[in-house]
Amino acid sequence: MTPVAAILVIPAAAAVVLAFVPGYGPGARINLGASLATLVAALALIPLAGTVAGETLVVDSLNIVFVVLNSFVGFTAAAFSAGYIGHELRTGRLTPVNLRFYHAMYQLMMFGMNLALVSNNIGLMWVAIELATLTTVAMVGIYRTSAALEAAWKYFILGSVGIALALFGTILVYVAAQPVLGEGAASMVWTRLVTGAARFDPAMLNVAFVFLLLGYGTKVGLAPLHAWLPDAHAEGPTPISAVLSGLLLNVALYAVLRFKLLMAANPAAVAPGPLMVALGLLSAVFAGFMLYRRRDIKRLFAYSSIEHMGIIVFAFGMGGPIANFAGLLHMTMHSLTKSAIFYAVGCVAQVKGTQRIEDIGGLTQSHPALGFGLAAAVMAIAGMPPFGVFMSEFLVVTSTFAREPVLALVLVLGLLVALGALLLRLTGLLFGPPAGPVASAEGSLLPLYSHLALVFAAGLHLPGPVVAWFRAVADLLG
Amino acid sequence: MVSLSYDIAHLLAGGLVLVSFMLLYQDRLYSLLNVFALQAVVLAGAVAWQAHIQGAHHLYVTAAIALAFKAVLVPWALHRIVERLGVHREVETVVRIGPTMLAGMGLVALSVVLMLPLTAAENPLAREDLAFALSVILLGLLMMVTRRNAVSQVVGFMSLENGLVLAATGARGMPLVVEISVAFSVLIALIVIGVFLFRIRERFDTVDVAALDESRGERP
Repeated sequence: MTPVAAILVIPAAAAVVLAFVPGYGPGARINLGASLATLVAALALIPLAGTVAGETLVVDSLNIVFVVLNSFVGFTAAAFSAGYIGHELRTGRLTPVNLRFYHAMYQLMMFGMNLALVSNNIGLMWVAIELATLTTVAMVGIYRTSAALEAAWKYFILGSVGIALALFGTILVYVAAQPVLGEGAASMVWTRLVTGAARFDPAMLNVAFVFLLLGYGTKVGLAPLHAWLPDAHAEGPTPISAVLSGLLLNVALYAVLRFKLLMAANPAAVAPGPLMVALGLLSAVFAGFMLYRRRDIKRLFAYSSIEHMGIIVFAFGMGGPIANFAGLLHMTMHSLTKSAIFYAVGCVAQVKGTQRIEDIGGLTQSHPALGFGLAAAVMAIAGMPPFGVFMSEFLVVTSTFAREPVLALVLVLGLLVALGALLLRLTGLLFGPPAGPVASAEGSLLPLYSHLALVFAAGLHLPGPVVAWFRAVADLLG
Repeated sequence: MVSLSYDIAHLLAGGLVLVSFMLLYQDRLYSLLNVFALQAVVLAGAVAWQAHIQGAHHLYVTAAIALAFKAVLVPWALHRIVERLGVHREVETVVRIGPTMLAGMGLVALSVVLMLPLTAAENPLAREDLAFALSVILLGLLMMVTRRNAVSQVVGFMSLENGLVLAATGARGMPLVVEISVAFSVLIALIVIGVFLFRIRERFDTVDVAALDESRGERP
């Protein structure tokens, strides 16, 4: 089996198996094993860049970055989830039947995301992203509390608005391509679309891109289409918050990038950059201010995800080798850091029995390993040196200063506002007198610290091959 | 012959937009469901006609799904749900009907202004189909945001999906249309009816989404 097939077949098969495996132990082990196997297959994919370009599947240097990141965070989240879900089972928040459903959905979601990333057909990509979204809707509502149901319903309603807009955009791309590439499946194959795009009707492409940006942008969590994101993050199980922030947002972003490339291939079409810059900047600044009013710790970090996705979309919208490189790096660093934060927050919420920031205090005293891990991760996400996020944000800002100083100032304002909010909100939680229960945390801290180590190492020194790899992708993105 | 087939396609697609407007001013859930069934019948007609004039036989499957699933099965199931759950029989609106209708007209005008000049190079059939389809999509969105009741939001979503199917069938030779319509049907069947409505019912007396607003993590 080729690695490309493996990253699809393993999660799909695991989903089927997990749907029938009773019991928490075997389910969690199969989930972890399948995620590890997917990660191995994804790593085996790296040397294959550019060799697979069929009608259905494509592997180029762009999507390999996403696939590897996806599989890695998917694996560590599965490791974290094993301990987390065991606790939920013991406290009776989830039943064994829920667990079976949860594990099957987890692997189905990994399958959907991987399929979206490697599919060469824009229709298939749409179907796969919808599949991944719907599995997360099901997982967000898994606790069946009124808040969880409301979050899932809101996610479903807003998600279906995104579904509709993105599909309409996809249909318009087909309508634009069909006179040039002919009827049938050929006009939906991305590699063909990109080579023929120069001859498409530019006006049609323009409108298609607006629909695609709004549709997939809903799933990226761009303001003003972000309303589902905080609820979905806050009310679902924490491992799902981690994969939502760390992975699903990236997959939607990947779809936007693919269509951006398509637009760039047609010189007469409107440049997609300014639209993305505007939406990205709006999200970054808006989310920065929204951080101040949060009382719920998972909601706080959900808004921080909106902020960072805004920065990433902004960087890709600016374009050019440096900004694209910075955007790609920031996306990687944000995925690693934000999922690490959610691993820590999951442990905290389980120990303290609450997600309210006011009711939690002095974590570094009562739980040093957990508290300092969370403190380091918060420092990292706030963009403090020496972590990788600092480096990528620094690159975004400096490359923007060289070209659009005003935009760079607005972005820096957003970053500082967010930094202030994080410090203000979390100082009491991390330091100060301990509050709430002080039982020791059960979940494994290994996923948290392995992510932190990676982000720290990336901040100190990016290995040459990684730089070369990201640079190649940045050039591809134009 | 060409102009006749064009006129019939036009008539059916226009009928779909008209029924979308009828959905907007229904104030009782049962009649809302009946009008939705009517829309599904019109959609089945429009899709079958496209299948006929394009010679694309696989589209008959989509038409059959629209007829069997959306015109009969889903309205019947929603009728049962409304009956069994004792949901309020009135449609609860956020915005009153009059302004909603005006906004709907604005949206139709917007989609015509947007799509017609764009697709000048396309054949006229695809062009008007796209304009009609966008109108149905936008009217469905409007319905989803101006209704508070979960059942009417679902109806809004399905009507929006009818617009998508119309757009997809109007684009000549588009692949995956049948698959997408099947996937949507499964989605509606599983997620909406199966999971959400019953579980929301377990916790609340109404299926009014506003009733869910009380417990947000935000409020102290």
